[in-house]
Amino acid sequence: MLILHCPYCGVMADETELHGGGEAHLTRHGPGSSDEEFHDYLFAKENPRGVHFERWRHVNGCGKWFHAARDTATLEVFGTYSAQTTEPPQAIRDAITARRPGWTWRHLAGSAK
Amino acid sequence: MSEAASALDGASFEGLVRVADAGLRGMVTLRGDLGADALHAAVKQVSGCDMPGQRKITAAGDSAVAWMAPDEALLLCPHGQADATCAALARALDGVHHLAVNVSDARATFALEGDDGALREVLAKLAPADLSAEAFGPGDFRRTRLAQVPGAFWMPRQGAARVICFRSVAQYMFDLLTTAAAKGSGVGYFQA
Repeated sequence: MLILHCPYCGVMADETELHGGGEAHLTRHGPGSSDEEFHDYLFAKENPRGVHFERWRHVNGCGKWFHAARDTATLEVFGTYSAQTTEPPQAIRDAITARRPGWTWRHLAGSAK
Repeated sequence: MSEAASALDGASFEGLVRVADAGLRGMVTLRGDLGADALHAAVKQVSGCDMPGQRKITAAGDSAVAWMAPDEALLLCPHGQADATCAALARALDGVHHLAVNVSDARATFALEGDDGALREVLAKLAPADLSAEAFGPGDFRRTRLAQVPGAFWMPRQGAARVICFRSVAQYMFDLLTTAAAKGSGVGYFQA
């Protein structure tokens, strides 16, 4: 069972109170983009075994979207943070580095130990 | 003019606790920046209640104000005063970005009364929320789900709780609460 802290209402929300919103920090490509960019935006998603960044919505609660950083294999949650950002904050990256030295995710990487 | 009626017309049930349709309740959704002084002043002026903090509910007389989200509050008032409350909010917040809507008839309210431990147990059987006395008590407000539908509850005092949900699922909610409160189904988890 996944339990995430909602940064908007402060609840430790059980997975059943939440709705997953897929991969976080996507760059949207729409009109004016190339076919390849649009294809990658729609279909080329990360599916890592390990550190992952996701969007979640506290649907049976305050209704707000937020971001979560977690490990897909162990379900360890490194932290949750505001939806109003395009990159994970440094505190979240540090928390991941402390637990998973040398982690990488798309263009992001933590420092090695 | 048809007369307003609550969803279950006063249905009630006696079990571990008493579960009853709490009748018509005026409800006004107010959206805006809850941190803004203008909203604090307008809520105080219209309802007599202070703006509640995160996951809190404040009450004064017949009115109460519940924290729903960082940008949403729910004003509770007598059913007949909801339109007047909306109009008063619109006057008080003239020129301030906000939304105030009368949602009274979109909702159903249930009253649970009885032993405090049994009451917490009935809610805890249905919602993934911490109902222990240390985590939740009078003055707190929790939006969550009850079994398969969204709902919210608070405790006006020890041994009493109010549950609100969408009116369309009122019968489902009543059935849930009465099943969770069925005689002989007590677990005693919250007994001191």
